[in-house]
Amino acid sequence: MTSDRLANRVQGVPPSGIRRFFELAEEMDDVISLGVGEPDFTAPSRARAAAIESLELGRTSYTANRGMRRLRAEIADYVQKWELSYDPDDELLITTGASEGLDLAFRALVDPGDVVAVVQPSYVSYAPGVQFAGGEVLEVQTRPEDDFALTPAVLAASGADRADLLVCCYPNNPTGATMTATEIEAVVEFIKEHDIFVLSDEIYAELTYDGSHTSFASFDGMADRTVVLNGFSKAYAMTGLRLGYAMGPADVIGAMNRIHQYTMLSAPTTPQYAAIEAITECDDAVERMRTQYNRRRNFVLSRFEEMGMDCFEATGAFYAFPKAPIEDDTAFAENLLEAERVAMVPGSVFGEGGAGHLRVSYATGLDDLRVAMDRLESYLS
Amino acid sequence: MDARTELLGLLRENARYTISDLARLTDLPEATIEATIADLEDEGVLRGYQAVVDWGQYDSEPVRANVELNVTLDHETGYDDIATRLAKFDEIRALRLVSGDYDFELEVEADSMSAVSRFISEQVAPVPEVTQTVTHYVMESYKENGVVFDDGHDDDRLSVTP
Ligand SMILES: Cc1ncc(COP(=O)(O)O)c(C=O)c1O
Repeated sequence: MTSDRLANRVQGVPPSGIRRFFELAEEMDDVISLGVGEPDFTAPSRARAAAIESLELGRTSYTANRGMRRLRAEIADYVQKWELSYDPDDELLITTGASEGLDLAFRALVDPGDVVAVVQPSYVSYAPGVQFAGGEVLEVQTRPEDDFALTPAVLAASGADRADLLVCCYPNNPTGATMTATEIEAVVEFIKEHDIFVLSDEIYAELTYDGSHTSFASFDGMADRTVVLNGFSKAYAMTGLRLGYAMGPADVIGAMNRIHQYTMLSAPTTPQYAAIEAITECDDAVERMRTQYNRRRNFVLSRFEEMGMDCFEATGAFYAFPKAPIEDDTAFAENLLEAERVAMVPGSVFGEGGAGHLRVSYATGLDDLRVAMDRLESYLS
Repeated sequence: MDARTELLGLLRENARYTISDLARLTDLPEATIEATIADLEDEGVLRGYQAVVDWGQYDSEPVRANVELNVTLDHETGYDDIATRLAKFDEIRALRLVSGDYDFELEVEADSMSAVSRFISEQVAPVPEVTQTVTHYVMESYKENGVVFDDGHDDDRLSVTP
């Protein structure tokens, strides 16, 4: 259906496939959903209290366009643990979720016709974001045999050498894949050789279970060609508070801020107070959540192995990405939902490279996870 | 976290995790789990496995009270001696030496309020070292052993999200 009233740019973007699956699941009772892309925990109590206190003190005005200076300074300190060094005054921008950061980066970096390589399977917003900015999406499909890590070979085979911008996300949604420093280093060579700018969505950085996170921007010469996106949604279970941040070279952050100052003015004020508390005082809460996720990850991966579901060892975020037992992942997910009331998201929703897989979120309590695994097992046998 | 600490954490969360579940959750071999638990039991670290009961949801409910106890010591009798004596009573479900305004903190349980009072006045108060008791009857329990007594359905997330 096309309409004269609506911009072609918008009409060219189909509604998200996840929506359809959501509607199916919503119609049924007693569904255990392993389809949720946000934490099942609540924000740390100290962060909640800080938000409430800021309201009680009447802190309800706009902040600086770039966000509260104190928060930017704390973030600049905090990211040093990933060997990142940014000037809080002009290389850091507080955004309304990483989502706004994505949109700003696309609008700041992409001219109509620019080629944007999007690593897939991926979070559903990248390709539409590129299209809204007028860019041309070049899909780069990572492979199960590489455990969904990005490789120079995959980049070359996709023709990414002609890309102006590369969008990647590790730890990854939907696969749960992470990349080691060595793996990233190989990709960095390709990026530099072909003079590509990088948008690295590292929102799951705190949720790595096998060694610590490595940022794309931490490699020699990369900080100047990378915008790193992060936020408070996943690590601090603050999805509804809508707060994220972007870090990068001053000219790019400046351009993003120019759009931001006209379209958003400033990120919401209350969560900025919560975020200062979160980032300075809530390491223990993050650690507790990470411990729980890791147990569940171990549990789910063990159960998959025992029931013969083929699944690589996902080491990040809160997703596992097993192979669907039949080729048609959508049919499998729908049948499983119908028969056993367990929701897993078909991998093809996240791009062609996700086809034949299922995204299983373990941001769900162990009791539910156990029942879901029992139901899956009985469905398979 | 080492395996012992991790296992203690898991068992305190749910003492009914099977050995297989514990192995899955920790990514350790079942044999290691079994051996570690056996060690913890032998060493007296793991002292028991109990149910968490929300009596408010059950047909009948025992009467419970927290009792503050003050004692005097002399060179023959120390805290441990008094505690050993008190611990023998089945009515006393928990017994702790605490800092602050009183010495011992007791959790007492019996079938009725009069049974609790009788127990305190006839069995506890007459202990020679006991100088004072203050009894607080439990009116309502909201959380026990880390388990919140709510309806457990406060997940307001959408069922499927990106
Ligand atoms: C990979 C990825 N990036 C970004 C976002 C959006 O995050 P925010 O809540 O900060 O907008 C999500 C949320 O699901 C995500 O999975």
